[in-house]
Amino acid sequence: MPLIETPDGPVWKRRATKETLIRWFFWLIALAVIAYAWKGISDKTIWFFVQDAPRQAADIGGRMIPPKFSYMSRLWVPVWDTLNIATLGTVIALFIAVPVAFAAAHNTTPHPIVRTIAIFIIVSSRSVNSLIWALMLVFIFGPGVLAGTIAIGLRSVGFCAKLLYEGIEEIDHTQVEAIEATGASRAQQMVFGIVPQVLPTFAGIGVFRWDINIRESTILGLVGAGGIGLELSGSINTLAWTQVSMILLVILSTVIVSEWVSAKVRGAII
Amino acid sequence: MLRLEGLKKRYKTGDYALKGVDLEIPNGQVIALIGPSGAGKSTLIRCVNRLVEPTEGKVYLGEMELTTLSSSKLRKARRRMGMIFQEYALVERLTVMENVLSGRLGYVGFWQSFLRKFPKKDIQEAYRLLDRVGLMHMADKRADELSGGQRQRVGICRALIQDPDLLLVDEPTASLDPKTSRQIMRLINELCAERGLAAIINIHDVLLAQMYSQRVVGLKLGEIVYDGKPEGLKPAVLTDIYGEEDWEATIEEVDEDELEEAVE
Amino acid sequence: MSVAESDFPSSWKKPPFIKSPLLRWSIIIGSAIYLALAFGTMDVDWERAAEGLPRGKRFIAAFFPPNFSDNLGVMWDGIFESIWMAIISTVAGIALSVPIGLGAAKNLAPNWVYLACRSIIGGSRTFPEIILAIFAVKLFGFGPFAGFVALSIGTIGFYAKLLAEDIENINPSQAEAIKATGAGWWQWINYAIQPQVMPRMIGLSVYRLDINFRESAVVGIVGGGGIGATLNTAFERYEFDTAAAILLIIIGIVMVLEYTSGYLRKWVQ
Repeated sequence: MPLIETPDGPVWKRRATKETLIRWFFWLIALAVIAYAWKGISDKTIWFFVQDAPRQAADIGGRMIPPKFSYMSRLWVPVWDTLNIATLGTVIALFIAVPVAFAAAHNTTPHPIVRTIAIFIIVSSRSVNSLIWALMLVFIFGPGVLAGTIAIGLRSVGFCAKLLYEGIEEIDHTQVEAIEATGASRAQQMVFGIVPQVLPTFAGIGVFRWDINIRESTILGLVGAGGIGLELSGSINTLAWTQVSMILLVILSTVIVSEWVSAKVRGAII
Repeated sequence: MLRLEGLKKRYKTGDYALKGVDLEIPNGQVIALIGPSGAGKSTLIRCVNRLVEPTEGKVYLGEMELTTLSSSKLRKARRRMGMIFQEYALVERLTVMENVLSGRLGYVGFWQSFLRKFPKKDIQEAYRLLDRVGLMHMADKRADELSGGQRQRVGICRALIQDPDLLLVDEPTASLDPKTSRQIMRLINELCAERGLAAIINIHDVLLAQMYSQRVVGLKLGEIVYDGKPEGLKPAVLTDIYGEEDWEATIEEVDEDELEEAVE
Repeated sequence: MSVAESDFPSSWKKPPFIKSPLLRWSIIIGSAIYLALAFGTMDVDWERAAEGLPRGKRFIAAFFPPNFSDNLGVMWDGIFESIWMAIISTVAGIALSVPIGLGAAKNLAPNWVYLACRSIIGGSRTFPEIILAIFAVKLFGFGPFAGFVALSIGTIGFYAKLLAEDIENINPSQAEAIKATGAGWWQWINYAIQPQVMPRMIGLSVYRLDINFRESAVVGIVGGGGIGATLNTAFERYEFDTAAAILLIIIGIVMVLEYTSGYLRKWVQ
């Protein structure tokens, strides 16, 4: 915040002239990028459809009411599948994530090369959305719950392992040192010194991810990987809008219940 | 019993924490290691059980030279050296009993310890030690439920259940109030006397050092500058160790009764 | 030391984590039954899986090497479409989020505004972006515009909520001090609120850009344009080597974005 000397005496300005210029330049570039990006999108848009959208929305909205409650009897099985995809996927992910996390944490990794491999596993698992994982796995295993479960598992490995290895790196090292000083082997140091410290973190991560996975598994059916998403895409394709609204209601309540459960369980653990 | 020869430790930064320390501790002797922060006290006792690897020099425990041991032999040697830590260093989420029993980890196999199936003898000994320090009723409590003084007692049990010949004690009273500090120091002293243990006690409190040790070693910038009786800590000596300050008040004659009680 | 050996118990068991045995066993047995049932309903079609295995092998083999050249033009188109989509939806989403976030902060807005803004946020958080995208495609037709709408709504749910929470958690004494100077409402926002929430909000917008790019890679699967559409086409045509190339590009861009956003967030704070 410089004072600038002028013939009329010093003037206070928030920023120096050069800084002001740089800021203007930055905004100019940002605007140019945004304009260009907008052009990129609008060139590929058929504006007639967009103009027609409010009417369409009113039309579809009208057709969705009231939800077809009798359809619920056919939704129990997909809901059960969705729950299983999320839960088993989380369990699988945790089993894989534990060794990966110990290999990735600075203080427990057996070798820097092993650490690099573990980090690579984490990054690639995290970069690919579960829907894309499912897309690939449906090609290999065929449509169904199995592909969805594995997709959720593969996507969650990176997430869980990342949080877990950060937890491992944050432990109190003197507790481990104390165990080491008794003449304990490395495996014993792990079990007595490190595991008790990270166990609550581990449980918290599991529940947290389970909650996310419930949301994610509701949509896997869109690519054929089982669960309630399968019904959703079927109903949309056949334009059965009252079924669609019923499914959306079910998804909504599943998500709310899972959020409530995970909050309760996390409260009990920590 | 413990002999250090020309012990040097140089950290990655290039600083020498220890600049060639020679020290011999006979069986059953309790020595206090005093010195300002950064003098290398912690490094010294960690070099003995190789939690910190010494750069140069030798450490003899009895006839055994420790600095060249393979990792499995080192583990066996560590069983003979119990360690007590500054901030207790208990595994906070384990029970008191598990913390005490963890002192036996060097003796039992992996699966035995994983399943918490310790030998009967060890469990009896754990109870006996807990009873000795007055914490028998706390055995099933989690360590983080205990007060500072209680935690340090558990730390002492963990060190003693190793059945060591030597105790390495790192600032045992640093996070305790004055009264608890004295109780803990007295307890360590009594137990050393009962079991004929030698001990190196790092301590920054000069008064406690005088009260509870048979020999005081002063460390300054990685070198020994004083080695002698507690009574020999005159103002000139303390100035040598810590630097210029009015030391008269610190070394008031220690109460004879208390001294007696202390070394009992 | 003179106490007899037998005076001390020679066995010890770790106290169980869940104290009540009834609750403990019902949890254990309950989870065992659930797991058995869940695995039971997973109808693994082994024949189908065996059939898929060569396909899986072919897919993995396609990564060595991936084919970047054959569909280069289409791939570039898809990637840029995704990037444009991510940028525009982040900008539009944040522009809409600011008034909504201000309205959803309890310490700023009157009660009815608060409730209205909170329900907008709740509504846009309920469904995953991909379901929003399905509806957007129905309304706006195939292409990136639908994806842009879906991602913008998703951004509102994320950004307005965090902004509102941040405003609710500001240091009230600073806000009071500015109010005490006699500042008007806009001045008060500008001098007391904005400086406190700005650094974190800039960081979050970079983070959201990162999320929107990742999501833009999947909205294409339901017709929302971008690289996801390209990927889906490659799968449908069994062009695994192209699919592999696209996946690698996605991973690469996501990694770059993650590092830059992490770096930027540190730099801003």
